[in-house]
Amino acid sequence: MAYLSHTKDTLAAMLSTIGIDDPEDIFSSLPQELRFSGRLDIPGPLDEESLRREFTCEPSRVVFAGGGIYRHHIPALVDAIASRQEFLTAYTPYQPEISQGTLQAIFEFQSMMAALTGMDVSNASMYDGATALAEAALMASRMKGIRRILVTRSTHPTYRSVLKTYLAHSPQVEVVEVPFEIATGRTDLKSFEGMVGPDAAVFVQQPNYFGVIEPMEKLARIASRAGFRGIIVTEAISLGVLKSPGSFGPDIVLGDAQSFGNPPAAGGPLLGFLCVKREHIRRIPGRIVGLTRDADERQAFCLTLATREQHIRREKATSNICTNQGLCALRAALYLSAMGPQGLRQVASQCAAGTRYLMRLLGEKGVSPYFNAPVFHEFVIRMDDARRSALEESGIIPGIPISSHYPELEDALLVNVTEMNTKEDCRCLIERL
Amino acid sequence: MSDRATITRFPEIREPLLRARSAAGKNTRPCPAPFDAADPADLDIAEKLPDIPDVSEVETVRHFTRLSRLNYGIDHGMYPLGSCTMKYNPKISEELARRFQAVHPADTRAMNTVLGYCALLQGYLREICGMDACCLWPAAGAHGELTGMMTIKKAVERSGGARTKVLIPDTAHGTNPASCTIAGFTTENIPSGKQGYLSASTLREHLDGHVAALMITNPNTLGIFEREIQEIARLLHDNGSYLYMDGANLNAILGIARPGDMGVDCMHINLHKTFGTPHGGGGPGSGPVLVTKELERFLPSPVIVCDDSGNHSLNWDRPDSIGMVHSCLGNVNVLIRALVYLLSLGGEGLREVSLRAGLNANYLKSRLSRCFDLPLDTPTLHEFVLSDRYQKEHGVTTMDMAKALMEFGFHPPTVYFPLVVPGAIMVEPTETESLEELDRFAQAMETIAAMSRENPQTLHETPQACPVKRVDEVWAARNLVLTWGAGESNEEDPVSK
Repeated sequence: MAYLSHTKDTLAAMLSTIGIDDPEDIFSSLPQELRFSGRLDIPGPLDEESLRREFTCEPSRVVFAGGGIYRHHIPALVDAIASRQEFLTAYTPYQPEISQGTLQAIFEFQSMMAALTGMDVSNASMYDGATALAEAALMASRMKGIRRILVTRSTHPTYRSVLKTYLAHSPQVEVVEVPFEIATGRTDLKSFEGMVGPDAAVFVQQPNYFGVIEPMEKLARIASRAGFRGIIVTEAISLGVLKSPGSFGPDIVLGDAQSFGNPPAAGGPLLGFLCVKREHIRRIPGRIVGLTRDADERQAFCLTLATREQHIRREKATSNICTNQGLCALRAALYLSAMGPQGLRQVASQCAAGTRYLMRLLGEKGVSPYFNAPVFHEFVIRMDDARRSALEESGIIPGIPISSHYPELEDALLVNVTEMNTKEDCRCLIERL
Repeated sequence: MSDRATITRFPEIREPLLRARSAAGKNTRPCPAPFDAADPADLDIAEKLPDIPDVSEVETVRHFTRLSRLNYGIDHGMYPLGSCTMKYNPKISEELARRFQAVHPADTRAMNTVLGYCALLQGYLREICGMDACCLWPAAGAHGELTGMMTIKKAVERSGGARTKVLIPDTAHGTNPASCTIAGFTTENIPSGKQGYLSASTLREHLDGHVAALMITNPNTLGIFEREIQEIARLLHDNGSYLYMDGANLNAILGIARPGDMGVDCMHINLHKTFGTPHGGGGPGSGPVLVTKELERFLPSPVIVCDDSGNHSLNWDRPDSIGMVHSCLGNVNVLIRALVYLLSLGGEGLREVSLRAGLNANYLKSRLSRCFDLPLDTPTLHEFVLSDRYQKEHGVTTMDMAKALMEFGFHPPTVYFPLVVPGAIMVEPTETESLEELDRFAQAMETIAAMSRENPQTLHETPQACPVKRVDEVWAARNLVLTWGAGESNEEDPVSK
């Protein structure tokens, strides 16, 4: 049997040390009627070649889909280093003396995320952007005076779904959505102004789900009256070009950094992140790595602020999170190190340039964007299901249909261009329209 | 000893923070540039470039390769962390999971294939657990617990009851009570008794009309099978309460006993434990939830559906569902790895896994109970708990022994958990260890036991031969240096000095 290392002789030696005759005797403490008498109906064992034949998947040729999960260039070194067994097969770094590699890499991830978001500190990762938002809202809901969680309706629909799932059991707060302007896709400032108050924790996504750039300065000015302010970033690449979210004075910046060195991978693993102002540090969920020293006073790292966490505080913990997305955070650190400041800016600029290129070609074909507002690298157009399906049949994924989330936007398709697309991809799409 | 700080011992290379290597213009990587780039004029562009290190490719590779060598992984050697099931992670699972990297979840055709694999995995997990329905989306064990408890909460609310309390035995993981809190329950700790398992009579004392569920780990964190589980399930069900099982220790009973047969209503599995997917230094994991027919309609959205022609798709139209728990489909890549693992062993192989896991653990227990206190003599399956009672007489603690084990080339066991055993040392060797490796571990533990009598001071000073000496966790918590912008030193780089 694969992955087992005993021979008849070693088995016999072990049984004799234990003092039993039959390995089955180990289970003698189980009530007889609970012993499973059948055989598990699972095929196998399969050898590696059979497994290789069993698992195949052919992605579509040309893809213009984003919507919170993005296709970006991943430097070869990211896979090469992240698949080193020392990183891959280690557990959570509870024993710092033999986990300095993971700990320092995560410390560096935290440092880079804090720098990119313009915040003071970052945690070691969350499952994904949606659960990061949900946990941020839970954190806000425990603060004095917070009674409402305001979230812009232009925030990623599944993020809002997960938020509602998590908040369903916090009756002291109510989740309220802030409408967007149908002409621009931006958050409606008048409505926002009317809703914000000291009893509200507000969350705004930038760029928003439609790819549209929100008027952050105006929103921030209004949000200054709120009890707690959060900015959601679902496309971390935007941090390479836009003004840092931290410059608008939020308490928290959270979202997903899958774009940093993690492939779409059929939807996961993603990489939730959560960065805050220093004053909130004892309220946040998840692990944090801190710098410290060893017995010789040399620099070392360890997990810290554990008194917030479930293994110490149990039912009073700030969150139940334990296992996070450690390896994805390592990949993000590798990615950022490989790309550097210039590379990150260039990727962001390429995404924006490609998006404008495709928008222009579409415009020449008479297809104009749904919203009249600047975008980063995503935009919404009108396309009916029949045309989209026909394109998908020919191996082109033109975008993500979003009308089920936004019934007021008929036949809406969210289109994304990244540096992984080419001019030819764009022409290919245009020709088949 | 004293000059160790200045001597670089192979393979230890003291690598400074990445930022210490940074200088403007070092990174000359050509990036993909398929479009005519110009910073878009319609955007509010940051004036300064992002504040991340500017280093060359070779520096990136060396930096992280050096860091990797400061780590210990399961491929180095035995990693007997109790209740963490650190077994060997098959390489074929890695290779095949990589084949799905490029798939975007909006790629319907490719996702049909992926969802087909997910559906298969759901079926196998149901078979292993004897449960009716499965949701694969929770991204980790604790996420699975939360999902499961929210599912129960919804069922309780639907039945019009005002049950708000969950009972949790004192041997439980901290995630159990924490998950219950988020799901809107209060928790009550109940004692698992001197014999190390929950008795039905103890449970009966705690049952009333407020109890929504009992959350139990089986086998529990002492490695003991909850032998009264059927009676416990009956009492709960008669009381109108649910039985939740934390599947963290499922590795002990694959093909041996099934939670569904025990009367479990809802449970989660840790794929990254039981089904050999790597832990990645803290994740990603995966925590699928399994439930009975009765609870199925409350499971998260979406669910996988299969049409007559075998095409798989997702269905969000589920009015009773608790809603979404993840922005997409959880850690799909971990799901693929687990499926590869299951097929590489097959049903009979899985049963063999649990037999050998129990055998390895009981072999070590037989050997180690000669030199270490075994606080309970109840039979155990895949793991067991020792204490430092004998060694403490010489001033040696569990922490000292954990640190000393590193010097023998082992990752220490789980320590100071479960909380019911003072100075607990919780050992789970898993099935993938050979007799030679088990013996090497037993010898190391025996040597440490001898040292604790003869030379306890040496043990307080361990580790000496690890990349760093004993790490000061109190200093970290007092000073809270959490980013490299916060005034740390970047010295200690004998390589570049």
